[in-house]
Amino acid sequence: MARTVTTRRKSLNTVLAWAVGLLIFFPILWTILTSFKTEAQAIASPPLFLNFDWTLENYAIVQERSDYMRFLWNSVIIAGGSTVLGVIIAVPAAWAMAFVPSKRTKDILLWMLSTKMLPAVGVLYPIYLLFIRLGLLDTRGGLVVVLMLINLPIIVWMLYTYFREIPGEILEAARMDGATLKEEILYVLTPMAIPGIASTVLLNFILAWNEAFWTLNLTAVDAAPLTAFIASYSSPEGLFFAKLSAASTMAIAPILILGWFSQKQLVRGLTFGAVK
Amino acid sequence: MYLRNALRAATAMTFVATAAAHAQSITIATVNNGDMIRMQGYTDKFTEATGIDVEWVTLEENVLRQRVTTDITTKGGQFDIMTIGMYETPIWGANGWLVPLDGLSAEYDVDDILPAMRNGLSNDGTLYAAPFYGESSMVMYRTDLMEKAGLEMPDAPTWQFIREAAAAMTDRENDINGICLRGKAGWGEGGAFITVTGNSFGARWFDEDWKPQFDQPEWNEALTFFVDMMNESGPAGYATNGFNENLSLFQQGKCGMWIDATVAASFVTNPDDSTVADKVGFALAPNSEGVDKRSNWLWAWALAIPAGTEQADAAKQFIEWATSKDYIELVAESEGWANVPPGARTSLYENPNYQEVPFAKMTLESILSADPNNPTVKPVPYVGIQFAAIPEFAGIATQVSQEFSAVYAGQQTVEEALEKAQAFTTEEMEAAGY
Repeated sequence: MARTVTTRRKSLNTVLAWAVGLLIFFPILWTILTSFKTEAQAIASPPLFLNFDWTLENYAIVQERSDYMRFLWNSVIIAGGSTVLGVIIAVPAAWAMAFVPSKRTKDILLWMLSTKMLPAVGVLYPIYLLFIRLGLLDTRGGLVVVLMLINLPIIVWMLYTYFREIPGEILEAARMDGATLKEEILYVLTPMAIPGIASTVLLNFILAWNEAFWTLNLTAVDAAPLTAFIASYSSPEGLFFAKLSAASTMAIAPILILGWFSQKQLVRGLTFGAVK
Repeated sequence: MYLRNALRAATAMTFVATAAAHAQSITIATVNNGDMIRMQGYTDKFTEATGIDVEWVTLEENVLRQRVTTDITTKGGQFDIMTIGMYETPIWGANGWLVPLDGLSAEYDVDDILPAMRNGLSNDGTLYAAPFYGESSMVMYRTDLMEKAGLEMPDAPTWQFIREAAAAMTDRENDINGICLRGKAGWGEGGAFITVTGNSFGARWFDEDWKPQFDQPEWNEALTFFVDMMNESGPAGYATNGFNENLSLFQQGKCGMWIDATVAASFVTNPDDSTVADKVGFALAPNSEGVDKRSNWLWAWALAIPAGTEQADAAKQFIEWATSKDYIELVAESEGWANVPPGARTSLYENPNYQEVPFAKMTLESILSADPNNPTVKPVPYVGIQFAAIPEFAGIATQVSQEFSAVYAGQQTVEEALEKAQAFTTEEMEAAGY
């Protein structure tokens, strides 16, 4: 009997999980479907779900109008660069906070997180002026640094949480065996924290990929990533939903595929330590 | 000897590379609308003729506004040409942020630009931006539903007629709303519409001493009329409807009338997108009985050169090309007269080919009847019809339109909204030193 209840509960949970998952995924699914409609079908009421004449016309128009590969390449460089740079800086910082904490460590962590509460637009002008002086406007390098700084608190927090799960005794043993600080971090700590680092990298790559304030405001032509590509199809005066959906699908496709293939790693990393 | 030759070759190659790297190129920030996108397609012809490359940065209107404002106020120099509207141009021109568009060539024929557009894009008589296309607003209505209702739309209707017709055309069972109008918050969305509606009831934003006028009876009358009419005959949830939402409703045959930008005429009469393309009539925007001002606005998307650019000459060359009579001919030749950028040049409306376009006459009449210097019955200290061309307006009008949208959504009364609008505007204007 108990077994039946468990099975029933399991089935119920599965159905519930699928329902929630579909609900969350529905806007993305709708965007993808709309991208295959004509503009008239895109605004049809009642909405057309699958019963419409599928067309690739929107993709052809978007491809003809915009240099998709240039935007994509910029997104890869900016999101990848800022994530790698962030991790390089955050690993030693998180190590120090996790294994040699001071009295102020907690305060520093909270302070770092509080910087995320500042509305970005509040510092737009100072950053913009700084970029003009340094010649960084519309450069990928400039955006790599800005996005790294924006996401650094999250990277440090995540790595700090993972590092705290690793027993300090192991590092102590390595030190007693004569490991230097660099060797301790590189050859002992990092391999043990790989799942945590991987999920941090993935999450921050996604955050940097989707960032749409700085990437729109600090770029023009040369460094414009996929967020600028999408923005160029949004129009308050004219119905271009199908083309906008095609552009959006092209912009999210790479990250969707990446997320799909690395979902195990991502879930494992995000729930790391949660069951203890 | 070998080394010297190698050095010479290297120097020559460096020169060639430098020259190639410095082949002239201009960057243009623009909005995503049909006419602008069409222009991007013809840019190659400009490059062929002049050797100047053109890079486009296309952004959504509000993003573009923020982006170009940041760049121009900090002299960032990211853009050589900016697409801006009638609201920004006189303010930015007065601040010295734009290069005056003087010394334009004789062939360009600057006097051919419609006077209303030229005035709206000038400050102290100096032109700071060239109109690429211009628009006013007018009534678009379903001829079949009007006939079914047993009514005939006059060329110049009153609000009272519009309300009566809207009620007669409304058919809730068949999901037909007599009238669709903007209610969405935002100074350029519902804010613009209710401002011109106010004008046509004799209301004004400020008196001659810059004192806000929301406590005057004209505003109460205009807002009450609008809300009552929309509750009787408007679509459900109109408080969140803007241009695109109403366009969608109209194209699907769910609106009897729609009063909005003249540029919408080409969308609703396009059989590819509109189910009612062959049943649309046009009329001037309405006025309230006894008020000698109609509720039509005036707007232009125009090309301007920011003061920080190092390529002012090339930019001016491009603007001359893109807003010329020749460009209009070029588009007409390839895509037909209905697709040329409207509302900028007098000669276009004198062209017999263009006169055959069904909405041409009403668009021109709407543009010509709009007077930014005298937007309403009583005198005002500001220039602009659906806005007041002062830097503070965008922020204030956005807040005021949010209060009005709350009335449309049934969250507060007309009186409460007007009281809040008056208090907020007074506070902001005093803080700004008016």
